[in-house]
Amino acid sequence: MSRHTIKLTVNGEAVEKEVESRLLLVHFVREVLDLTGTHIGCDTTSCGACTVLLDGRAVKSCTVFAAQADGRSVETIEALAADGTLHPLQEGFWEKHGLQCGYCTPGMILSAKHLLEKNPDPTEEEIRWGISGNLCRCTGYNKIVEAIRYAADKQRESTEEVSA
Amino acid sequence: MTHLDDRTEPHSPLPEGASAQVATTDEIRIRTPEKVCGMGHPMKRKEDPRFIQGKGRYVDDVKLPGMLYMDIVRSPYAHAKIKKIDASAALAMDGVLAVITGEDLKAAGDLHWMPTLMSDTQMVLPIEKVAYYAQEICAVVATERYIAADAIEKVVVDYEPLEAVVDPHLALEDKVIVRDDKEKKTNHIWHWEAGDKAATDRVFAEAAHVIEQTMHIPRIHVSSIETCGMVANYSKVTEQMQIYMTSQAPHAHRTVFALVSGLPEQKIQIISPDIGGGFGGKVPVYPGYVCCAVASLVTGKPVKWIEDRSENLQADSFARDYHITAEMAADANGKITGLRVKTLADCGAADAAANPSKFPAGLYSICTGSYDMKAAHIAVDGVYTNKPPGGVAYRCSFRVTEAVHMIERMTDIMAHDLGEDPADFRLKNFIRPDQFPYKSPTGWEYDSGNYKAALDEAMKLIDYRALREEQAAKRERGELMGIGISSFTEVVGAGPSRDFDILGIKMFDSAEIRIHPTGKAIARFGTKSQGQGHETTYAQIVAEELGLPAADVQVEEGDTDTAPYGLGTYASRSTPTAGAAGAMAARKIKAKAKKIAAHLLEVGEEDLEWNVDKFQVKGSPDQAKTIQEIAFAAYTNHPQGMEAGLEATDYYDPPNLTFPFGSYICVVDIDSGTGEVHVRRFVAVDDCGNIINPLIVEGQIHGGLTQGLAPALFEEIVYDENGQNLTGTLADYLVPTAVESPKWETGRTITPSPHHPLGAKGVGESPTVGAPPAIVNAVVDAMWHLGVRHVEIPMTPQRIWAQLREHGVTD
Ligand code: FES
Ligand code: FES
Repeated sequence: MSRHTIKLTVNGEAVEKEVESRLLLVHFVREVLDLTGTHIGCDTTSCGACTVLLDGRAVKSCTVFAAQADGRSVETIEALAADGTLHPLQEGFWEKHGLQCGYCTPGMILSAKHLLEKNPDPTEEEIRWGISGNLCRCTGYNKIVEAIRYAADKQRESTEEVSA
Repeated sequence: MTHLDDRTEPHSPLPEGASAQVATTDEIRIRTPEKVCGMGHPMKRKEDPRFIQGKGRYVDDVKLPGMLYMDIVRSPYAHAKIKKIDASAALAMDGVLAVITGEDLKAAGDLHWMPTLMSDTQMVLPIEKVAYYAQEICAVVATERYIAADAIEKVVVDYEPLEAVVDPHLALEDKVIVRDDKEKKTNHIWHWEAGDKAATDRVFAEAAHVIEQTMHIPRIHVSSIETCGMVANYSKVTEQMQIYMTSQAPHAHRTVFALVSGLPEQKIQIISPDIGGGFGGKVPVYPGYVCCAVASLVTGKPVKWIEDRSENLQADSFARDYHITAEMAADANGKITGLRVKTLADCGAADAAANPSKFPAGLYSICTGSYDMKAAHIAVDGVYTNKPPGGVAYRCSFRVTEAVHMIERMTDIMAHDLGEDPADFRLKNFIRPDQFPYKSPTGWEYDSGNYKAALDEAMKLIDYRALREEQAAKRERGELMGIGISSFTEVVGAGPSRDFDILGIKMFDSAEIRIHPTGKAIARFGTKSQGQGHETTYAQIVAEELGLPAADVQVEEGDTDTAPYGLGTYASRSTPTAGAAGAMAARKIKAKAKKIAAHLLEVGEEDLEWNVDKFQVKGSPDQAKTIQEIAFAAYTNHPQGMEAGLEATDYYDPPNLTFPFGSYICVVDIDSGTGEVHVRRFVAVDDCGNIINPLIVEGQIHGGLTQGLAPALFEEIVYDENGQNLTGTLADYLVPTAVESPKWETGRTITPSPHHPLGAKGVGESPTVGAPPAIVNAVVDAMWHLGVRHVEIPMTPQRIWAQLREHGVTD
């Protein structure tokens, strides 16, 4: 089995590891780096539980080799409140009861983060399409939509404050 | 364990002044201030900070030193003889430590078979033949996850394929025998009846109208986003078996493991950590769990087994799969008089249903629903087929979903046949509020209900009469719009121990509360949350009873070494049983607190009254001791002759089940070109008795509704004629996304349970039970004028399109 040495940034920190070429990014994150907030829910790229940000874009880390992340930057759920303050999305999910078992939550939050970066003021329809690659079996999505709306409003308020 | 003497308060499930008949309101009762956050407050969930920061701890997150990984070889045939298993190439691989086969399990003490929850037997690993596609053949143990996955490819199994029987009707012909290990060479497993056959036949003979309809409630799968898994950690030195497991019922599983393996029960610890959704799928013991535990026993090392999604969908327990033929009778006034039902239950290769043992068809006999009728009779036959075993709930209380689907469909067909509006027809036939407690023709005693209030509320919220006008106008223009109602009655909270048990263990549940000297508390329960928010709602129950802020009450579940024995979380039983135990344990504590307060205030107990969080002297409220002061005194200044400490345990055996109910109204538009169903509106009015946390209740209702929508429109586990699973991945088995899920509209009525200490009933499953027939009724309603009487679920565009074509609407 061939191996590669990869250098990448994970949650802002430089990481260098030797990995098997077939190692999936999700297993790299979970098992090599012990960042278990990223979850696995399927084997067909269907559920989105494994979503991370790769150079800022939401990707399903079960469908990316760790070696493909070489030289790039990965962000997982663990980065979001690293400074001790909850990200507006985390706040929104808590405030609006956007989670039940919590298994889909990290992936949902990262997909939503990518969505809000592209589109800071999405309509309900756009939010629903934005998270349509992420399955949640518990919530029925209504409250996830509200949670993302909450974060969008909060982020826009704070950018308006900064620019005012 | 309780530190109270026997004379203190026995169970008194009826709250003071409660009568059997209860008033309905829409006001949530709140008796504590926000800082206490007792019942009725929409408290933000206490468990959420860890989940939103990626710090939940699920089974696959457990990593132990020296841990090995297990993977499973599975059958490519639904029915085949096993001629030979050759594992030598796998064993020769670097990093492969062991391959466990059926023969190995047999040698280890006949562990190749295990009991099911229904007193049937199920293969753990086969020796002679396989009986379903994806059945476990053998388990490979390796040092790494990827090596184990490679090694299962190297195991060579020589099969001799046999003819498979997939259709339960054909199975009854006994041409192919699924279970030739049994003495009786037949696929018929059991016959079960409820109700009064003679009386029902009489009612039908006298009826003015009789309708008949067949329907299939297809096989579906819970497909929680987290699959099943285990980390088993056996120490050859201490002989301790520590197990992390995706378990909805850790205590029951510990006992099963002890009974099956012969390990002493005190040496087995089952920890059910955070669970990524259960919905019934994590109630059974699957062969993979047994293999994983055996792998750890054999190697003396921790072993992890996490099934992948295909294994989960292909081999874990299914739900439903009832083939129903129902007849309903009505008199000349359009009053329902009787119901007669025959059902074939496809059990797969073993009767491994997660039902209480007295009830082979679960609570299916609740099938007369919300309607008062003279007589009913049901007969159910269980049959083996070459499909995976099971019969779990998929978010429902033991087969009540099948019953509700049937009665709500039949009621709707009858209304349409008689030319009556389905809402008016229901209002005319409902059990009236003054009939509660209501004895149903099949023997259930409904605790409380006000069905008219719930339907009135739903009709008001959706403006039902205006919708009917809109529909008439659209029909003129040839547009297909339908309105469907479902006015269901649920039956949850198993259960009174006289009727309910799992493998003989009675279905009580438990709580243990300890108040620390500083007035903070830990409360442990015999249930296990899989997302329902127990850490919050149970804390609110303790807050309600004792006035301790819910924020100060830490709730723990899922560790069999620390939690009191309980039967777990499924069938919406947590609030009715463990929630009640929490209230009763708190009341025991309060009784002792009163004695301590009397001692501190130097008055008689009879001079004291309770006020939110303190005992005060009647007529002199300044003289008071808060629960925190009392807790401190319990350890520092307790009365002479009284035991120190402030804690209590309660094992609660409910006097009856609870019967939540509701009325749902769904509006659909159908695209006559494609057959696609668009759910335009869906109003759900639920009545689950008193509400502990309205935020959590609403979340449960949304989730439940989506799991009602899913089988109505999308989900089905499909097999080909050889028993191959055609829906074995999430790319084929269609779990709804945010795009397909409607914006749910909710409303409520509140009719407390007269026998539950908090008047609560449980809510997690009502919407999954109630929603499907509302959607089907809407779809049929949209096409009734074309001659469509019934549509089977899932109502895929192909199915609807075929109906439209048959009736000349599209070509
Ligand atoms: S694990 Fe399901 S999409 Fe990656
Ligand atoms: S909260 Fe359980 S899967 Fe989304």
